[in-house]
Amino acid sequence: MYGLGILKGLTVTMRNFFRKPFTVQYPEERVAQHPRFRGEEFTWYEERCTGCASCAKYCPLGIIKIVTHPGGEHVSEGQEYAIDVFDIDIGRCMFCGLCVEACPYDALFMGSGFEEGQYSRKDLVITKDRLIKADKKPSTWFRPQLESQQYNSQSESPVDWENAGREPWPYHMPVRPQSAEESLEQGEETK
Amino acid sequence: MNSLLESNVIFRNVYCFWAANPGNAEQCTPVGAVAVKDGLLPGGLEWLAYVMAGLSVILLIVNVYLVFAALYTYVDRRVLAKFQGRIGPNRVGPFGILQPLADGIKLMTKEDLVPAGADRWIFNLAPVVMMSSGILVLAVLPFGKDSFVVDLNIGILYVFAITGVNTLAMFMAGLASANRYAMFGGMRAVAQLISYEIPVVLSVVGIVMMAGTMSLVGIVEAQKVPFIFVQPLAFFVFIAGSSAEMNRSPFDQVEAEGEIIAGYHTEYSGMKFGVFQAAEFGAVLITSALIATLFLKGWEGPFLPSHVWFLLKLFFFAFIFIWIRATLPRLRIDQIMAYAWKFLLPLSLINIFVVAAEVLLLGDQITDSSGVSMDLTTSDMWIMAGINVVVAIVAVIGLAKITGMDARESTKVANVTRVIKGT
Amino acid sequence: MSLSEPITVNVGPQHPSTHGVFRLRVTFDGELIVDLEPVFGYLHRGSEKLAEERTYTQVITLTDRLDYVSSMINNQAYVLACEKLSEVQVPERGSYLRTIAAELQRIASHLVATGFLLNDLGALATPLMYCFREREKILDLFEMLCGARITVSYMRVGGVFQDAPEDFWPAFKTFLEEMPYYIDEYEQFLVGNEILLMRLKGGNTVSKEQALNASITGPVLRSTGFSWDLRKVDPYEIYDRFDFDIPVGEQGDNFDRFYIRLQEMRESLRILNQCFKQIAPGPVRANVPYLYRPPAGDAYGRVESPKGELGFYLVSDGGIAPYRCKIRSPSLLNLSAIKEMLVGWKLADMIVTLGSIDINMGEVDR
Repeated sequence: MYGLGILKGLTVTMRNFFRKPFTVQYPEERVAQHPRFRGEEFTWYEERCTGCASCAKYCPLGIIKIVTHPGGEHVSEGQEYAIDVFDIDIGRCMFCGLCVEACPYDALFMGSGFEEGQYSRKDLVITKDRLIKADKKPSTWFRPQLESQQYNSQSESPVDWENAGREPWPYHMPVRPQSAEESLEQGEETK
Repeated sequence: MNSLLESNVIFRNVYCFWAANPGNAEQCTPVGAVAVKDGLLPGGLEWLAYVMAGLSVILLIVNVYLVFAALYTYVDRRVLAKFQGRIGPNRVGPFGILQPLADGIKLMTKEDLVPAGADRWIFNLAPVVMMSSGILVLAVLPFGKDSFVVDLNIGILYVFAITGVNTLAMFMAGLASANRYAMFGGMRAVAQLISYEIPVVLSVVGIVMMAGTMSLVGIVEAQKVPFIFVQPLAFFVFIAGSSAEMNRSPFDQVEAEGEIIAGYHTEYSGMKFGVFQAAEFGAVLITSALIATLFLKGWEGPFLPSHVWFLLKLFFFAFIFIWIRATLPRLRIDQIMAYAWKFLLPLSLINIFVVAAEVLLLGDQITDSSGVSMDLTTSDMWIMAGINVVVAIVAVIGLAKITGMDARESTKVANVTRVIKGT
Repeated sequence: MSLSEPITVNVGPQHPSTHGVFRLRVTFDGELIVDLEPVFGYLHRGSEKLAEERTYTQVITLTDRLDYVSSMINNQAYVLACEKLSEVQVPERGSYLRTIAAELQRIASHLVATGFLLNDLGALATPLMYCFREREKILDLFEMLCGARITVSYMRVGGVFQDAPEDFWPAFKTFLEEMPYYIDEYEQFLVGNEILLMRLKGGNTVSKEQALNASITGPVLRSTGFSWDLRKVDPYEIYDRFDFDIPVGEQGDNFDRFYIRLQEMRESLRILNQCFKQIAPGPVRANVPYLYRPPAGDAYGRVESPKGELGFYLVSDGGIAPYRCKIRSPSLLNLSAIKEMLVGWKLADMIVTLGSIDINMGEVDR
């Protein structure tokens, strides 16, 4: 009444005038990024990948392209498919992480960066060579074994596949996946 | 010719630099002038020196004004950012001080678009009119002791006459753009600016009565006590009215960006838009300067040089305008009109009556060559200040009650929302 | 009666205050609105049809993009529908995590609504920046929970994808302690302000009958004095365990809608505090396979989103993808009484009303 509310508002803005700005100067300053951050430049361990294409299958947008041929050797899984093409089109990727969640061999991790700007759409496709050469700084998203190591992609060095850890697949289930009917029966039992 | 030479230091210095000779030695020796024995021009060319002196004063004033307007855009953005918890422009130059320059270059290099349906002549003329009205006001503003272009004896009248042209510029821009949002802006500009002109002008009547002159220099010299204390009511009306005059929040109807995009300058691009912006920021400076002159003793102050005092006062009011702008939402058009006609106009009339009565009762009548005038001593002014503060409080509260401007009906916050417990 | 020649103005789809690509074809008489017609569909992405082409898990990513300022709650509504379809039991900790995420998201969404309403009122960006300062903290919490800030995809059928990291809980506690101060500050800043009250009070009312007839829900319905909150009237998840109130308005005007949001933030904080105390260790995700096939049938899952009742109606034919997915979006239905609210008011009121209804075009057009 009589402008007292306005005066109260003016005191609030004046109080904020003397506070520190909460924005940051981006290229020089960075806000802390949680290790779980789902970022670009996927981390892919070719030693572990068997070419099963689970990631490609579960991608809601179908942006992962995998071409394999029988033969070839795998360091860790011992399967007999060699990977010819492994392309991720991050131009259309929405970083939902379903591919990482689907990977049965913990070969694909979310990346930790977010600065993969390119001048042409073609360059946004991450190829197999680029994935192999890239710094392996995975995000700990959906990889509790990395999280329990307190791994932080922002401050620590790259991890190779032997140190990335393996979780019994999938970690949240005690057993291997069942068919839908089995899981439904189980649901009824718990009821 | 001689009055300018006597009153204006810059003019005198330039003139004497070019044309000092034994013939006008009297004019070139007064206090403040650089001692020059012989001017550069031969005798008989005093008229040329006179023109050159005039032009250099204009050049100086206009350029200083434009530089300050540009600087003010930077200050405005930085201070506003601080209020909002941001940092503001800090990339170009040290602390971002060159940001206005970068903005200027950007605006210069942008394409200058004229809409197909626009009235080209009026469309192109509008920014010029807008800018010129701001620059012309500078002619009478005293920036410091003896620093002004001309000391008009109708200075304050001249200021209001010139700033009134702003309305025309906005209306021209609004109508010529062939855009309905711009037309809304133009219409709002006419309605709002003309309505607020009246209380603003009337609020100054009290000051003119007390000072006994319309000259801005005379008003500053008449302030034995700053008029902000003597006439708080006039100050309130003036600061509210003039923030509406320059389309500042909470009266920024004319270019309400959330409602009518940018109002009258929606269709402007490139440097024409820049000119509108510069004129607007310049208007804030001019208004702050006017308030400082009329209510806060202008350039006068102890210890520091007069120009520094003037700038300090100017930026103090500019800061207050930014502060208000950062805090308040905007009023609706009908509320803005009601505020001018139902609230500010009666207040300014009350101010006129009260001040007139006080001047009549307290002042001592002096008759001299220039006519009859009322002389007020410092103690008279302090008595008036005491009375006027009470009058101001009573008038504001009383009038707010009568007109419903106190928002009494709408401030019942406590019982608006009742909370229902569970199901 | 028309005082001057009416003019028709297209407000939007490119307009700073229509909250996205919304178009209103308005006929003005001077500043007065004499007629108006909303035009939708500029942001139509066919989410319902796209859902039929995706597996049940993949649809979660689509729901993030409906109302992009309350993704968590969209996730929740969808997975609730899925769980009803196949009668999955969610582990308790999973439910708690979902509730925490949803209530945090409600605060964030109300902050955005308040900030943009004030922006529409013309308060420059100051209240908006203050609101976003707090919202940023909530988004940081989301980043800890699920690695993303806006398009979260946090929930899965049968729980949430993963437990919260250890450093989430201290951050969450700090947030709970700090937030009441900031809500107080908003109230001090905004609620007493005469200009705001003059603008918001008494204008653009919608009556209880109108609101019910137009299936309006959420704060807009509650502002009319009708106490309808799905968290109370149809408690989903674990909302029956919490003690909280439903703020209700009286007149159904702009101010009530604005003030209810401020109050709801406080109630959400109460729920969050109780969650923080009650949550116990345990599994967060039920035993649901990744490629999950619910039995044939249909189910309707609904939640109280910040905008109103958000519902997903799913029809399953036993396959891996929904046969039909119908989204009941509150933003669209809340707009259905907009003509009654706006005709007879001024141009500036139109902008404010759009802000106070709090529409989100991603949800209106789907």
